[in-house]
Amino acid sequence: MRVSKRATSAIALSAAAALVASGCSSGGDGDTAASTDGSIVVHGVQPENPLVPSNTTETGGGKIIDWMWTGLVEYPNDGGAPRNALAESINTTDSKVFTIKIKAGTKFHDGTEVKAKNFVDAWNWAAYSPNGAQNGTFFADIAGFDQTYTTDPDGADGPKKAPTPTTDKMSGLKVIDDQTFEVTLAAPTAVFPTKLGYSAFMPLPDVFFTMKPEEFGRKPIANGPVKFVSWEDNALIKLTRFDDYNLRDKMKVKDVDVKLYQDDNAAYADLLANNLDFMEVVPTSALAGDKWKTDLGDRGRSTVTPSTAFIAFPIYDKRFQNPKLRRAVSLAVNRQEISDKIFFGTRKPADSWANPLTPGAKPGNCTACKFDPATAKTLLAEAGGFTGEMVFYYNADSAHKDWMDAVAQQVKTNLNINARAEGVPTFAVFRQNINAHKMTGPYRAAWQQDYPDVENWVNPLFVTNGSSNDGLYSNTEVDALAKQASGAPSLEASHEAFAKAVEKVDQDVPSIPVYFYGQQSGHSEKIKKLELNNVGEIDITSVEL
Amino acid sequence: MGRYLLRRLLQLVPVFIGTTFLIYWLVWAVPGDPFAGKCGERRCPDQYIAFMTEKYHLDQNVFVQYGNYMKNLLQGDFGQTFQQREISDIILTAYPNTLKLALVALAIEAIIGLGAGVLSGLRRNGFLDNLVLVSTLFLIALPVFVVGFVLQWLLGVQWGIIKPTVSSEMRWSELIVPGFVLGSASVAYIARVARTSIAENRRADYVRTAIAKGLPMRRVVGVHLLRNSLIPVVTLLGTDLGALMGGAIVTEGIFGINGIGRQVFRAIITKESATVVGIVVVLVLVYLVMNLLVDLLYAALDPRIRYE
Repeated sequence: MRVSKRATSAIALSAAAALVASGCSSGGDGDTAASTDGSIVVHGVQPENPLVPSNTTETGGGKIIDWMWTGLVEYPNDGGAPRNALAESINTTDSKVFTIKIKAGTKFHDGTEVKAKNFVDAWNWAAYSPNGAQNGTFFADIAGFDQTYTTDPDGADGPKKAPTPTTDKMSGLKVIDDQTFEVTLAAPTAVFPTKLGYSAFMPLPDVFFTMKPEEFGRKPIANGPVKFVSWEDNALIKLTRFDDYNLRDKMKVKDVDVKLYQDDNAAYADLLANNLDFMEVVPTSALAGDKWKTDLGDRGRSTVTPSTAFIAFPIYDKRFQNPKLRRAVSLAVNRQEISDKIFFGTRKPADSWANPLTPGAKPGNCTACKFDPATAKTLLAEAGGFTGEMVFYYNADSAHKDWMDAVAQQVKTNLNINARAEGVPTFAVFRQNINAHKMTGPYRAAWQQDYPDVENWVNPLFVTNGSSNDGLYSNTEVDALAKQASGAPSLEASHEAFAKAVEKVDQDVPSIPVYFYGQQSGHSEKIKKLELNNVGEIDITSVEL
Repeated sequence: MGRYLLRRLLQLVPVFIGTTFLIYWLVWAVPGDPFAGKCGERRCPDQYIAFMTEKYHLDQNVFVQYGNYMKNLLQGDFGQTFQQREISDIILTAYPNTLKLALVALAIEAIIGLGAGVLSGLRRNGFLDNLVLVSTLFLIALPVFVVGFVLQWLLGVQWGIIKPTVSSEMRWSELIVPGFVLGSASVAYIARVARTSIAENRRADYVRTAIAKGLPMRRVVGVHLLRNSLIPVVTLLGTDLGALMGGAIVTEGIFGINGIGRQVFRAIITKESATVVGIVVVLVLVYLVMNLLVDLLYAALDPRIRYE
């Protein structure tokens, strides 16, 4: 997660090496060189939940958790394969039993040492269903998960309650000594070590288990390069450098103030006035006519992030069950035009199923992503046409109207289908309908990877009962190939098998990739150097003034 | 006076119960499951939903929920948000901010509005009168967000005179521009009401008498004329405090102020009845108390008014 990157990587790496060589000298006080102190103010939004890693799924809190914690592995800023961070080694012979050894002598912010049991206890806590952790299902790979995590026999809305689990410890986790623990999975999973950098897998200090999680989350104690100072709701979260931190990515500045904004335009005004040092995403209003470029000059930067916008089909609706119809709709969408006219080139037309920044993804493997109205018309005719109105749904509380209108208009023009786009008032109502499988037309969706591997773009989205397979797409061949890929002995073999699964998906077009997200950020004049991590968040350990 | 006050205070009780229930019920009726969008593009685990539903008693009907809420409220417990945060904390941090902003706005209204109104009322149809007329018309016509964005951009970004947003310490000096923005439309109304009232009383018998007696003009205007012309202005100012606090959401958003407007908006979107009611309860009390104060002020301004 926190590594040097991009064009500057050579210089950045040597700088990092120099810092490591100088040991904890930067732990000294204020009168060292100016470049090692100072403070920055970065843009943030009020976290939705108390800051507990396994209970945070949104970016407001997730970003702060990413900064405060260091996990077993980290994802390089330039998007390559993960590498060990807190882990000394992660060994396996069969992708089923992993022996994880952690580096000795690292500390939590309260001064206690990070031990193997801090991982095991944290994972068991999150996987124990009565604790209600939002990320609980991330531990489903581990043997014994089904004993600690019981599901409600008739869903959350039904009258029955889930039975209390018989145990609160997963049988697959075993502490060997202070630095070593062993993880046994229910089935071989090649991608498991990659997942370990995701925030759900962070260690928790002993003190967490003595208090209420929400109390802990108001004053979190982590093990990363910055520690928590204070949190004023909706106004400010203060963080400061953890001077006892002894892993690679030490902080160069001392204090980080996360200013919690309600309104992007207010933050943007602050950024222009150098009152804010970093804003991850400039507001949409600044993108029109490339205004942000004129406003910010060389303080602005454009980057790509591993997220893709899709339009998903409700395959449970029998009108959308013919793959030819779905392919016709996909071929009728002129992605280049949407990218140019609506997003001013800041978002790239999608041409592959997994985002190309993801390890294991094959660029350009979406044959349905071309713009080919002639073939589209033929396919539509072969599918027997489409009767009635095709409504494209989006949530109207976010900026989706323009491009969804464009998609509907293109489908209408190119296929002569009576198509239009319609906004659902809020994301909550929108998701409620999707979760209940009550959508009556194609709808927008987006996917940002949780961890960098193509597996994260196939299993949740296209496998039967995948966690985000909301359209209920199901193809036994895809399922079998994905299963084989997940259980492959090595990542290379796994990626090969996933590529085959994606080819099958490409035949069926269960959803249509529309564009790859881009990100336009800006920083203040006082920042001399800064890098973004693999998902586009600021890497605060890279900031130099 | 005492009985009048008691009667007014007793009126608060039904108003309080009526508004709280109405609001609780309205927020409850907002469509959407509060936890449906909480986990992004992924469905939240059923276990999480079950945990939260039980914690907040969302499986009960709205009357039971409201009853529970009121029972806790009367014991001083405002409850928790879905973010597992004490609502009383939110009220305690957000209210002073909004109140500060509204007070600054009110002060600006009173000073500018009253000043412009008095001056133009005394010299009717003069240059100043016309200037005030046109400029107030201009202010009324401009929506608050336009005034806000323009001032923020000009003063904050282009000229660098102020910081574009207010810091979390909420210094009074930082609130002058946001206060002006919030009060801008009301300034115009105050100026116009004051002008009419002054102009009307300017020709009243008692003013003529005072001038004929040979009183200095300063005393005629400052004591006799102003005091008698203030009643409609005070009414407007008094009731405006509540309106300013409730209507501050746009200004709060533009200048990044952590006030109640934002909290209410967020709570409505996320269907947190308890938060909305908690904040609005206090707002309702502000309205009622301000109305009472205004009524009592009448008596101070005009000795002929008596309450029994």
